Order: sequence, then structure tokens, then C-alpha cells
Amino acid sequence: MTKTGFVGASKSVLVVGGGHNGLVCASYLARAGYRVDILEARSAMGGGAASSDFAEGYRVSGLAHILHSLSPQVRSDLQLDAAGLETGDSIDTIALDKAGQHITLGIDTLAGGDLSADDIEAYGRFKREFIGYAKALEPLMMNKPPRLKDMDRRDKLTLAKLGWQLRFGLGKDSMREFLRIGGINIYDVLNEVFDSPLLKGAIALDAVMGQHMGPRTPNTVLTYLHRLWGETHSRPSLPSGGMGSIAKALERAAANAGVSMRTAAKVQRILVVDGAAVGVELESGEQLHADIVISNADAKTTFLKLVDSSEFDAMFVHRVNSIRANGDVAKVHLALDGLPKIVGLSVEQLSQRLIIAPNMRYVEHAFNHSKYAEFSENPLLEITIPSIADSSLAPPGHHVMSISASFAPYALKLGWETQRDAFMQRVIAVIEQYAPGFGAQIIAREILTPVDIETQYHLSGGHWHHGEMAIDQLFMLRPVYGAAQYDTPIEGLYLCGAAAHPGGGLTGLPGRNAAQRVMRATEWRP
Amino acid sequence: MSKPPPNADLTPLPDYRQVLQPSPFHTRLVEHCPLQNWMSWNGYQTPRVCDVLASEYFAIRSTCSVMDLTPMEKYRIAGPDALKFLNRLVTRDVGDLKAGRVTYVVWCNDEGKVLDDGTLFHLRAGEYRLCAQHHQLDWLLLSSIGMDVSIQAETHQVAALSVQGPTSYALLTAAGVVGLDQLKPFGILHTRLRVFDLMISRTGFTGDLGYELWVEPAAALSLWDALFAPAQQGLFDVRVIGLSALEMARIEAGFIVPGDDFNTAETTVRADHDRSPFELGLDWLVNFDKPHFTGKRALLRERARPVMRRLVKLRVSGNKPPMDSFLYDAEHGRRIGTVKSQSWSPILKSNVCLADVGYSNGLVPSQIWAEIYYQKELEWRATWAECFMSEKPFWAHPRRLKTPPRNF
Amino acid sequence: MKKHDVIVIGAGHNGLTNAAFLAKAGLDVVVLEKNSYVGGATASLELHEGWIYSNCSYVCSLFRPEIYQALDLGRHGLEVVPLQGSVSMMQNGDHFGSYHQPEIRRREMMRHSKRDADAAIRFDADLMKWCRLIRAFLLRTPPDPASFKIRDAMEFAYLLKRFHSLSESQLYEFIRFFTMSIAEYLEQYFESDIVLAHFSGGSIIGTGLGVYSPGTAYVLLHHAMGDIDGNVGSWGFARGGMGSVSKAIASSLRSYGGEVRTEAEVATINVAGGRANGVMLASGEQISAKVVVSNLDAKRTFLQVMKPADVPDKLLHRARNFKMRGSSGKVNIALDGMPDFPGLPSGSPLTLGHMHFTDSLERLERAYDDWKDCRWSADPYVDMVIPTQYDPSMAPPGKHMMSIFVQYCPVEVEGGWTDAERDAFGASVIDQISDYSPNFKDLLLHTEIRTPRELEAEVGLTEGNIFQGELTLDQLMFNRPFPGYAQYRGPVKNMYMCSSSNHPGGGVMGAPGANSAREILRDLGRKDTTPEDFEDD
Repeated sequence: MTKTGFVGASKSVLVVGGGHNGLVCASYLARAGYRVDILEARSAMGGGAASSDFAEGYRVSGLAHILHSLSPQVRSDLQLDAAGLETGDSIDTIALDKAGQHITLGIDTLAGGDLSADDIEAYGRFKREFIGYAKALEPLMMNKPPRLKDMDRRDKLTLAKLGWQLRFGLGKDSMREFLRIGGINIYDVLNEVFDSPLLKGAIALDAVMGQHMGPRTPNTVLTYLHRLWGETHSRPSLPSGGMGSIAKALERAAANAGVSMRTAAKVQRILVVDGAAVGVELESGEQLHADIVISNADAKTTFLKLVDSSEFDAMFVHRVNSIRANGDVAKVHLALDGLPKIVGLSVEQLSQRLIIAPNMRYVEHAFNHSKYAEFSENPLLEITIPSIADSSLAPPGHHVMSISASFAPYALKLGWETQRDAFMQRVIAVIEQYAPGFGAQIIAREILTPVDIETQYHLSGGHWHHGEMAIDQLFMLRPVYGAAQYDTPIEGLYLCGAAAHPGGGLTGLPGRNAAQRVMRATEWRP
Repeated sequence: MSKPPPNADLTPLPDYRQVLQPSPFHTRLVEHCPLQNWMSWNGYQTPRVCDVLASEYFAIRSTCSVMDLTPMEKYRIAGPDALKFLNRLVTRDVGDLKAGRVTYVVWCNDEGKVLDDGTLFHLRAGEYRLCAQHHQLDWLLLSSIGMDVSIQAETHQVAALSVQGPTSYALLTAAGVVGLDQLKPFGILHTRLRVFDLMISRTGFTGDLGYELWVEPAAALSLWDALFAPAQQGLFDVRVIGLSALEMARIEAGFIVPGDDFNTAETTVRADHDRSPFELGLDWLVNFDKPHFTGKRALLRERARPVMRRLVKLRVSGNKPPMDSFLYDAEHGRRIGTVKSQSWSPILKSNVCLADVGYSNGLVPSQIWAEIYYQKELEWRATWAECFMSEKPFWAHPRRLKTPPRNF
Repeated sequence: MKKHDVIVIGAGHNGLTNAAFLAKAGLDVVVLEKNSYVGGATASLELHEGWIYSNCSYVCSLFRPEIYQALDLGRHGLEVVPLQGSVSMMQNGDHFGSYHQPEIRRREMMRHSKRDADAAIRFDADLMKWCRLIRAFLLRTPPDPASFKIRDAMEFAYLLKRFHSLSESQLYEFIRFFTMSIAEYLEQYFESDIVLAHFSGGSIIGTGLGVYSPGTAYVLLHHAMGDIDGNVGSWGFARGGMGSVSKAIASSLRSYGGEVRTEAEVATINVAGGRANGVMLASGEQISAKVVVSNLDAKRTFLQVMKPADVPDKLLHRARNFKMRGSSGKVNIALDGMPDFPGLPSGSPLTLGHMHFTDSLERLERAYDDWKDCRWSADPYVDMVIPTQYDPSMAPPGKHMMSIFVQYCPVEVEGGWTDAERDAFGASVIDQISDYSPNFKDLLLHTEIRTPRELEAEVGLTEGNIFQGELTLDQLMFNRPFPGYAQYRGPVKNMYMCSSSNHPGGGVMGAPGANSAREILRDLGRKDTTPEDFEDD
């Protein structure tokens, strides 16, 4: 079979999936002179960051509803601001309290509630210490994960920088502390540091949301660090125009870079000849050829569906098949006839990120259910009302509420078909406890369970991060070893999505790192 | 919430006192094994030696031997993706294996190290039996992820006998088997004998003319009796043999046994204690011009490097058994390997062995000597014996290939 | 007043081991024990008139054969008999028996899943890889990753070399093993519920974690890497109970001229000029020595016997936050005869080993959920042995002694432990067993129930934690007990630690005691009497 590329011409690239990482990766490559096409199955680019109507006149972001963690490097490299990126004002997190003693959590400040002076002081120290750890991981996040044998020069450099950061960036004491707590649970750490149950619950939520983990699950310090690491670069915000505007900006940046994009072009399979990727076949039967194929899809979709699993070695397939990537978060969208009245909360505060996780026991209990394939009786909630910042999302005077609710396990024992409403009821009932009369304000509603997310976003298991962010699925083990440096056993096939290092979130880094890997591996310079 | 796994064996509790499982031929085996010298072969009660080892050996080489083959692990593989599955499993191309034919295969892990070897039977169109030395169900199922193929362990559901030796054809014909004259080596014949279905393959592990017979366990004793009827009439010398006689014959024929001649990849704990097909001298079984198979990428990398070691056939001079001997490169005075399996070959009057030998920089050692420890009347002595590498099997009689075979 | 070379506080097995190696090097050593018997949690006591039992630890596996040999414990009366197999009883009346005999073990496994029987081969080989790797670290002092000393750098180089002996894929697999939960790790091999449940039990024993908690796969090694006569992973009974282990070590210690004083509770470690120089007993007696070694757990060492003024603030903070939440209970029973288990084949050897009654991962995990909420498990995981089947010396003729280890049992229950609550806990365990043994309750002659409260009060295990500190990543290797203090040296000169709070942690292993002795002898410029590990290759 002939490839479209020939000597002297630029290399051709097909990117499967136009989510934010696909867009980022494509833009980098196009700017470097590659000829890049993105193929997106849905009707719009942006994947989980795109916005959509859920009821007539009511519009929300599909999956992600808060912008945070976007890498400033990506932002400047791709000139996203010029492409119309408006991040909006940064928002704080408010941990709701039934009695109205809400706590506002800033980067290193605390306010509200009946917090002790000790806790307020400890919070600043804690956050600064943790942000220090998160920053120390920088060399690891901004590069391909090093292999543990047969390292190349870059791998050695990455490790050397990491070692330097740990030992001299952090200093002896902090390094020791980092090595002590890096692998354990957030529950023990928070109990060492804080008294306020609400504060501990709020931090625990950040550590477990999107994962199949409870505060007591070892690993949650690392997931929390991962989140903090993003926040050190870009503070959470609700962009005007909703998250869809981010998708639009990325799309514009890609177009500016010369990327051509096709929507409603679902890739059926990746064509492999003699162990090398040569192109893709669309659902329509159309075949497209290219020198390089980059998959923004999750690992199971890429290796078990898009490529015939017999193209890989047996153990590799077994590892992919064993990836834990079942989602635990449902997205609930509510259309409201006005702003909810949460006890003790001003309208100003309603525009912030509101969370319900009153204490760690609550969070752990919510998680307990998901271990047995049940949804949480009292779920954890992360609530935003994007229509406050962007009135175009709802009819005048009305509002939309976007809620991430955990835990809602993908493989629900009773099946989601019959349980969708029951879970939505639980979500509303929990909010009702903080905002009496809330239920009566709801005009329309929608729930996206992990199963819906799987179907609508072509994402195996419907997992936010394309796979649990557990140590055994991170860094040089993400998504599995043998495909952890963005390249795969198939020559010319690369990964660029959240399934790859450094994982989920809107950082754009998997896309950026993958593009760099492609450029180095193909040893082609424009 | 407890669900029985699809492959659960619903047979009743084993009696914990009955360590070794009887095969379907057990009652007849007992009659032919006055020594009662049993051993375990995959958990089955199997004779090591039935009566007199030398007679058993010569039954293989000069008349006819019968051995219970039931304990060999057998797997039935069928379904739309059966061939795709098998071609991804094994290193050689089995795409052109016709129905009614058998072939020898090995399979590797991702690192290109050999997990096991065996024979693949294309029973009927799209239906296969894989015979393996070791327990492979886990690996086979693991290799089937994403494929529409059914894999059933059928070791206990198929009773098998191996009939080997120059008069095996004559014996089977006398026993009433029709159609053997046209059966070529590695061919399969489906036939009926008396009242039961019988499958015969012209295969074996002895390097001589021979057949393997496959029936349902219910027909096992009838098959046995049919085979021994001509012998009871005094027409043929037929001997039941144990694993010790087979061991002698298979080393002469140069056949390797995973687990004896090399450590299988699955059971290897220490780095570099496993072996690739190249290191086992099985280069001819590796085909890179076929669809992807497990271990291909690793083997491609290995092929680009010089040969580091190889399992070779050595004839050892003298008459002292080179058991567990160290081998030395006489030219450089270096220790280069060890003997794995060895036997005195009564038909060649020589010691023969399979040995793992290091190749320095890919070069075949020019002169190999074995350091042999042996004892005479409880006094231990050491000696040196020169070894001669043999590319061909030590023993391979042309009669094994003739069709129709000679009717002795 | 006589001045000793060394005082060891606490005559548990690690204290005795430590003392024995120091005495063997020619030092004048005295071990001070608050109880009237030696052994601490490794003791044989009288349970009931005529019944002897092991008070806490009840089976022997991890004890390093190198130490056994170096201290000549066989000659000092120790006999360890291998234990045969184990069984998990199922709610549907069936069972899974892990027989000692390999052929039967395989066929029994095939009964539950043919695939699992084959996968067990892959699992065993993989587990052996990790055992080989970790075992090599047991008799070594962990290096400090933040240090620039040559010795630490060399130790790191040694560790790297060990790791380098693995292939690249094995390195990744090792990281996964080290960080995964036992349930998820095993699910990569096995499919049948009972096989999964049977093999995961060992990973939660003594921990504050559940079968789905990351990090538990590693704990399996703490129960699988011991060996009896070279059979890795096998368990044994010490004849005469676990007290025989301590008695033999004490006897070895005395043969080298060492001394053990019982009923000598240490109140404080005396420090002058930044150097430990002796101890004061609870009786007020002063004993001086050049070196003081604490075999107490980290909390007791730094928060009780050391004066706060002698401990840096940071260390005090660390000690307070040291995690040693007890999670296990014990029930010891004197039996009038051997209980029947009609679900097992008659005359079966399965009662000779560990017996369990939990047949699914979900039941194991739910048992953990109870503990998290400060309740004892309503449906606990039980590890039960009847050692009198091997060792008739422990009970009158025809009678039996049963030792039951129960997971989980919290340090504090809501409303606090009461005797009635403790008895209710014991009764639920007895009920669980009698579901599978109809005559069990009729055979009960005497029952002793111990929650973490009793374990702390009687044996001195703070919060009843059997490992003297949880085995989580923040408290392992160079983090055990605290970063910067993992090399057995205390915060003041001439003061050392040798308990299971130190690397490599809990279990009747003897390694912390031996490792600590090595460091002490090194500082004193004495000849090293501690053994090197038996190389596996």
C-alpha cells in the first residue's frame, strides 16, 4: 500500500478524535509543518469540553464544567489567547454547610465558617507545602515518562531533573515528607493537619472526585497532588460562553495552525499493515491514509476496538483489558426557574464552585456504595451555575445548574436503565437539604451516567480521566507499559489523550507531549 | 453472587488420598505393569517402567510399543476466529494447515521466550486440537481476548494411545484398522473400529514409524483390547512402555521437552533463565512473514543480535553418562554450558544428549568437552569426554516416512 | 553500681535477638522485661488448666533461617513443624482446600476453575520474583534517600543492582505489585470468587486496609515470603507454642553470657549530655549502661520511656502521628475434643492448616467497612488453627486448643470497649465457626477473647497493632518508623531501636533485632556477629 507522504514532502498525520488533547496535539504538529487532519465522530469538536443543549433554551458544557489546569505552556505555544480564549474570572471553592457555616477555600487562604485559627494557619502551610510537591513533579509532567531500562538521553535528563527538584527544590525535610506521604491516603494526612470536618471533607472531595477511590484509599495524596499541580498553573474559572468557548478557541487555534478538521467522521478502525499504521477506515467505509496515526481515544478503544487486538502480543492485550477505567461520576444538568436559595450564601457566592462533602466519613460512605456497584445514597456534589456568568445559557431570569455527582459506578448492579431517575432524585434531595424548596425550582433535567458518557463520547467505561489515576496506571505505567511513551507497539501509531501521561484534566499536556514525541520519533524537520 | 466460572470442573470432590489420577486405560495398564513403578505425568498415574526398560526400548525400535498418551494436555479450539487465534498464538504460519493434517508448533510470551511446544491437529475444517506439554488453558484464554473463539480443556475427555515402532502399521492393520496405507506422516484418519469412532494420526515422539490413536474415554478399553488381540494370538510382539523408554527414544530422535531441556517462560523467576525459539534451535519454526504473533517484535530484535546460546545435540564419547555435566570450550578453557537431557543410546552404542551451550559472540564453539562425574563401587571419579555436535537427529529411520509403510 | 555494656528494653523476640547478637560479640548485655515471662507477643502461656497457648503470634514462617542458624536455636530447643495447607469454607456448603500435596491441590483448584488452576502457575512464579527481590532487603539497613553519605549511596547502588537483575517488564510489574490492591492484583490471574477470597485473606491480616485498598498486594509478601526448610511461603508451628521461639533465643542469649531480668519495667531512658547512659526502672532502680536499645514500639519509645526534653519536637510530632491502629482481635479456645467439619471430606488433612470462612472479596471488603466506622466486623475474616493436632504437648490427651485470629476489630468502638461488647465480638466469631461445625459450641471449655484493648494492656502492643506500626508506604523501608530514623539509631547518641516498628517490620522475623545489632556493633567497632542473608542463587 502506498502512503500519501513522499520524500521531501511533509508527513501526513491523522488524529482520531477531536477532544481538547487531539486539538492540542494536532496544532503543535501542524505548526511544525506536518499535514494534519482531525477526525471527530461527534458533530462538534472539543469532546468533553464542548457545550450542548439539554433542554430547549438551556445549554451547558457536556462533561467538563470548570476550566482549570490548562497548561500555560500550551496556552502560549498555541497562542490560544489570540484564538479567542477567555478563561473568565477565577472562582473559589465553597464547601457547603447545612447550618450555613460555609467555608471558602482559596489557593492558600480560608474564610468563613467557624474555623479555628489553627486550621486557617495550617491550611496556608499545608497548601504551600503541597504546591511545592506538585511543582517538584513538573519535570515528570512536561516530558514523556522515562523508561526504567534502555533509557534514552531525555529519560535520563527527566530523571535527573526530577531528582534535583526533589532534593534541592524541596530540600531535605520536604523531600523526606514527600517520599513518606506520596503513596498513602489523604485521610491520614488531613487528620494529621486539620480539625474542621468540613474542611477535611472538601479537600477529600478534590482527591477522590473522578476516581474510584475514597479518602481512605491509598493513592489519594497523589490524585490530590495531580489536581493541585494543575491549579498551580491556572486557577479554576468558569469561562464566559461556557466550556464550549474553550473548545472553540482550541478549534480556532488548530485552524490557524493549518489543521483540517472533519466532524461526523467516526473512525471504525485503524489500518495496520505489517505492524505499521497506514491510515484509518471510517464508519462510512471510506479509507484515509497517512504516515502517522494518533489516537485521542482511550486505551481500550484504541487497542481493543480500533486496532484488531491480534496485532498485539497477548500479555499487552491482557494489560489493556485489565485497565481500570470504569467511571464513577454522573453529570446532572438542571434547568431552574431562578437562582437556588442556599442558606447563608449570597448570589455572588453562588457563582463560585460549590461542593457538598460535609466530612470525610460522608465521602468514604459515598464511596462504600460504589465498591458494591451501587450509587451513593448521599453523593458528593460539585455544583456550578454557569448561567450567572453567562446569561446566554438560559432564558432571562432562568438558570442552568451543572453538577458532577459521585459515586455513580459505571457497572451499576441494578443497571442504569432503571436507576437513572433514582440517582437524580438522590442528587436533588441532597441539594434540597442545603437549599429548601430547591426541587420545586426545577423545570428540566438531564443525567449523563458513565454509560451515557461511554456511548456519547466513545469513551470505554465513561471514565473522566480515561482510566484511574492510580500509581499502577500512572507515569511509565500509563495507560500500560509498552505504550507509555505515547508510541505504541504499532509503528506509526501514537496516543495523545488522557489515557496517556500525565492523564486526565484540561491540561492539554498529553497532546503536547505526544506531539513532541512524534516529532522526535519521526526525525523529520520541516 | 457466586457464579461458577465457565471452565469449572463439575466432577465430584477428588479423594485426597488418591494423589494420582487413573487414566481410562488404568485397569489394563496395571495388568501390563508388574513393576508397579508409577510416576506423575500431569497428575495422572503413569508407568515409569512397566517391566524391563531395555525390552520396552527395543519394542519402540524393533517391534511395536504402546503407551498411554491420555495425560498429554489437550485443548479443543473452534469458532470463527480459531485460525486467527492460532496464528497469533504460535510462531509458525499455520494458515495453510489443511484439515486432516498435524503440525509441530511452539508459542512464546511477549518477550519472545518459549512457553511450551506441542502438536496442532486440524481435526475438521475450522476445528483444532492443540496438544501441549504443560498446562496452557490460562495462556490460551488470555490470548483469546477480543477474539470469537472457544477454547475447551479436553485432556480427560479424550483417551489416547501412542503406538510406535516398525511393526505398528502391521499391528494396527491386523487389529482391523482400515485405510492406514494411504495415511501420510502428519496425516489424520477418522475411522471406526469395532463399534467406536477412532481417530488416528501418524505422529509420534520416537523418530520412528508410529501412530497416535484417539477415542472417547468410554471406548478406551475396547481400543486397548482391539490392539492387543493380534498379540494375544501370538502374531506380534507388542509391549506397553513407560516414560523412561520414551525418554531414551525421544533424545535419540532429538525431540525437546519443555521443562526438561529448557525452563518454560511461565515458570521462570530469574532473568535470562528462559529461552527463545532461536536459542532452542527452532529457527525453522519462526515465520516473520505471517500475521502478527505474540513475541514477534521481541524475536525480530533478537534476530538482529548475534546468537548468544543454543540448545544443541551432542554425541558424547566414551561410555560414562554425562548426567548434569558442565561443558567446556576446549579452545578457550571456558565453561560454556550444561547437559540437560542425556541417555545411553542402545541402538547407537553411544551417549547422546541435549545441551545448553553458550556461543561467544555468536560463534559456534569449536571443541566441546564434558566434565563427567561417575562412581564405581561408591567411589566418585571425574573424567573428560569429547563431544560432537550433531545437526541432525541422532536417530531417524527412513521407514518412518514411507507411505504406505512397510508391512513387517 | 555495675555498669552494663548494653540494656535492651523489652524481651520480645526482637529484643532477645538483638541482645543475643550483641552478647555473641562479647558485650555485657541485660534485657529488661516488665512481664514475668519472656517473649512479649511471642510467648506460650497457660490458657486454661492443662492448656498451653501462644498468646499473640500463633504461626511461624517469617523467622529468618539465617538467624535460626547463627543463634543455633535448634540446639536451644526450637522445633518448627511445617503446617499443611489451608481451607476456605463456602456458604453454599462447598469448600476450597489448598492441599499440601501439589497434585491434589491442583485438582481441587480445577474443581473451582480449570483456568485458575493453570493461572496459579503464572501467579506462583510472579510472586516468587517479588519474594526474591524483597527478601534480599530484610537483613539490610535501609539507605536514606536524602543522605549524601557514601554508605547510603553504596546501599542504593546495591538495591539498584538487585532491581537491575529484573527485565524491564518485570520492573514495571514489580511497581504494579507494590502499589496495587490485592483484589485487583489477583483478578489479573484468577476468576473464581473463592480462589480470589482465599488468596487475598493474607493481605489484610493485621492491616487497616481492605482487599481493595492499594498497597495490600505487597502485604501478601509479609505472609508469603517466609520459608520453612526452603519451602517459600509455607508456615509452621513451633512445638510448645510460639513461646518456644523466645525461649530458645533467650537460652541462646544466656549461653553467650547475656542476662534477662523479668518484672523489671523500664520507666525512663536516662540521657545526659545528649547521650543515653542507662535507664530507671518503675521501681526507681537505676541501671546504667553504655548503650540503650528499645524494643518497644515507636510510640512507647519516644512518647513514654524517653523524656520529652530528649526528643526533638519534629520527632515527637512524628511519633504522635505514627499509625498503628489495631485492626485485629484474637479468640483462644480450650476444646474438649476435635470439632467436626462435615463440609470437608472425612479424615481430610485440611483441618491441619489455616481455616477460613469467607468466600468472596465482597464479604472481605464489607468486613473492612465495619472497621472504618469503628465497629468490629459483623462478618469477620477469620484465620483459625488447631495446633494441638501436631503438638499434643499443648493440651491434655484428646483435648484441643484453637487459636483464632480475627480481622477486623477496631481500637475503639463507639461508646468505648466494654466487657459485654468484647464478649459480643467473641460470640459472633464463635457463631461464624459453628455455622460450619455443628458440635463446635458443645466443645468449648474455656474461651479467651482479646480485642486491641486487651492486646495493648497485656502485651504492650500500642493500640493492639500486631506489626507495631502499619505496613503502608509511609511506614516502610526508609520511612520506617520515620524518615531519617530508619537506621535503628535514636535521637540521642548510644540509643537504638530494634522493635518491629523498624525496618523490615512486623511478624516473628527477628530481622529488626538483628539489623539493629549490626548497626550497634558497627558503631562500637565490634566484630559483626549478625548473619548475611542466604543468597537465593
